[in-house]
Amino acid sequence: MSVKVKHPRRPITFGRVTTYLLLVAAAAFFLIPVYMLLITGFKSYQEVSLSRMWLPPENFSLESFSKAWFGSKSEGFRGLSGNFFNSVWLTVPASLLSAFIGSVNGYVFSKWKFKGSNVLFAMMLFGMFIPYQSILIPLVRVLQWITQFTGPLQKGIAAWNLGGGLAWFPPWLSQFIPAYGTIGGLILVHVIYGLPIATLVFKNYYSSIPTDLVEAGMIDGAGIIGIYRFILFPISIPGFVVVLIWQFTSIWNDFLFGVIITSNPTVQPVTVALNNLAGSYIVEWNVQMAGALLAALPTLLIYILLSRYFVRGLMAGSLKG
Amino acid sequence: MRNIKKDKILAILLISPTLLAMLVFIYGFIGFTGYASLSNWKTLKLDFTFVGLENYVRLFKNPRFIIDLKNTFTFTVFFLISTILIGFLLAVLLEQKVKGESIFRNIFLFPMAISFVVTGVIWRWLLAPGTTETGPLGVNYLFSKLGLEFLQSGWYTDPSIGIRAVVIAAAWQMAGYIMALYLAGMRAIPEEMKEAARVDGATEFDIYRYIIIPLLQPITLSAVIILGHISLKIFDLVVAMTGPGVGFSTDVPALFMFDTTFRGNRFAQGSAIAMVLLLMVAVLVVPYLIITNKEEVTR
Repeated sequence: MSVKVKHPRRPITFGRVTTYLLLVAAAAFFLIPVYMLLITGFKSYQEVSLSRMWLPPENFSLESFSKAWFGSKSEGFRGLSGNFFNSVWLTVPASLLSAFIGSVNGYVFSKWKFKGSNVLFAMMLFGMFIPYQSILIPLVRVLQWITQFTGPLQKGIAAWNLGGGLAWFPPWLSQFIPAYGTIGGLILVHVIYGLPIATLVFKNYYSSIPTDLVEAGMIDGAGIIGIYRFILFPISIPGFVVVLIWQFTSIWNDFLFGVIITSNPTVQPVTVALNNLAGSYIVEWNVQMAGALLAALPTLLIYILLSRYFVRGLMAGSLKG
Repeated sequence: MRNIKKDKILAILLISPTLLAMLVFIYGFIGFTGYASLSNWKTLKLDFTFVGLENYVRLFKNPRFIIDLKNTFTFTVFFLISTILIGFLLAVLLEQKVKGESIFRNIFLFPMAISFVVTGVIWRWLLAPGTTETGPLGVNYLFSKLGLEFLQSGWYTDPSIGIRAVVIAAAWQMAGYIMALYLAGMRAIPEEMKEAARVDGATEFDIYRYIIIPLLQPITLSAVIILGHISLKIFDLVVAMTGPGVGFSTDVPALFMFDTTFRGNRFAQGSAIAMVLLLMVAVLVVPYLIITNKEEVTR
């Protein structure tokens, strides 16, 4: 009884109402761009009008999406479909490679510390923060230099004629050869500059695993590779999920490396193509919005399906582990 | 027991490819850029004739670069303050045991999943002010319909607002991240601590003021480092949203570097801009890395 008297309802209710009002207002601020993206993207060209710009379309139309995806020959702009798949072929291998190398590095930095390993690790972390402008010029030159050797190989593979249903395969495969202006070149760059964060996440992850496990492995006669292969790697799945999501998101969303390393519109990743599409005066707003949604879709889906791991990656990126 | 000494050598061998890559692709490349910034390289052909600090002197006499530095300062101050405040406020609101907490949290955090280019394209449309022919567009149109004409503005097209319009988009994208950091920090504070303060007669405000905020200081520091280094090197968002703007009112050093180097082929000048950027980030990040590394060693 007395408890009820001590906690009068009104002040609490007032506070609660304010809390919810603020939360709803904030949610509206965060959702307005999404609302705009959706209602504009689903409008056809005929329906786009200034007086109705904040209203949902009367007839849902996929016309804008199909234009953003396939492009328009008559209006003279390219669609995003090819670039979308460039991003897929770029992001998937680069994420897998950097995650795997990062896990080995993290294992060494957490369980096989040596004199100076902490300093080396900190020097590596610096690579996570640098403005990439400070490495772009030599990076482009090194990639161009590599192209002398890998370029002929790439052309050789592309010219390989399998004929029939497999005719697409050699040109597709040749894109993976690291060179200036190829997807392979971008993969190489993303793997290298993704290593600091991948190593950091795995170092924190393995540090949380008791060293007793490693020592038990040693007593059983396992060496450094055996311990990784049979003891740590099998329990690394959560670490891999976090790093893969983080790498997938940041590589998919990258713009700077894409715009510097790939100048050919057919090779460019989707972010660069979207920027070109949106920067073009001939492309209508509804097509730009549809294109933006298409370019954002893969990482948004990952966020929606795996948000728990996504947040863990964000926390790891804050250096606190 | 196996030979541990052999394993220790193997450990170094295992990370040596990464270390070598870091040595070349980070430190070697920075060295290259640093040397190029002291050279006379201004065509596609490499020219390492040493000219001393000439490029830096010319850079700091360049009006565009001075505007860029001012813009970076303005952007950093507004972006840090607004993002940290919004992020903290959202975390406090979500700490009040609200219904649908996870829904709200996901709404606040989802912009982190999309790229700055997408954010830029959307906000360019939302903040497009419109012309006398088209009438108000985007949020201006919304304001005019709601009778809030006084809130209408030229946004990024108005040189007196300039880069601050880009802050709106950047804060929209990053505030949820800061919220998540603070929320994790708040959840790590033991309930008994707050309860003890309440027993002593502290109000909720006192608890935040004297217990929670001081305990969250390391997180605030992380937030400053993370947001600070993003803001110093911001590029994608500006390219997609505004470009250099009227009278370079939304220009930033990273964009100037891109134009100078990859459009103008003035590599020495571009390198000098890159080195100034690097120096700004290093001043922010290196002390932090040294402190975190020392803590690690003493632990």
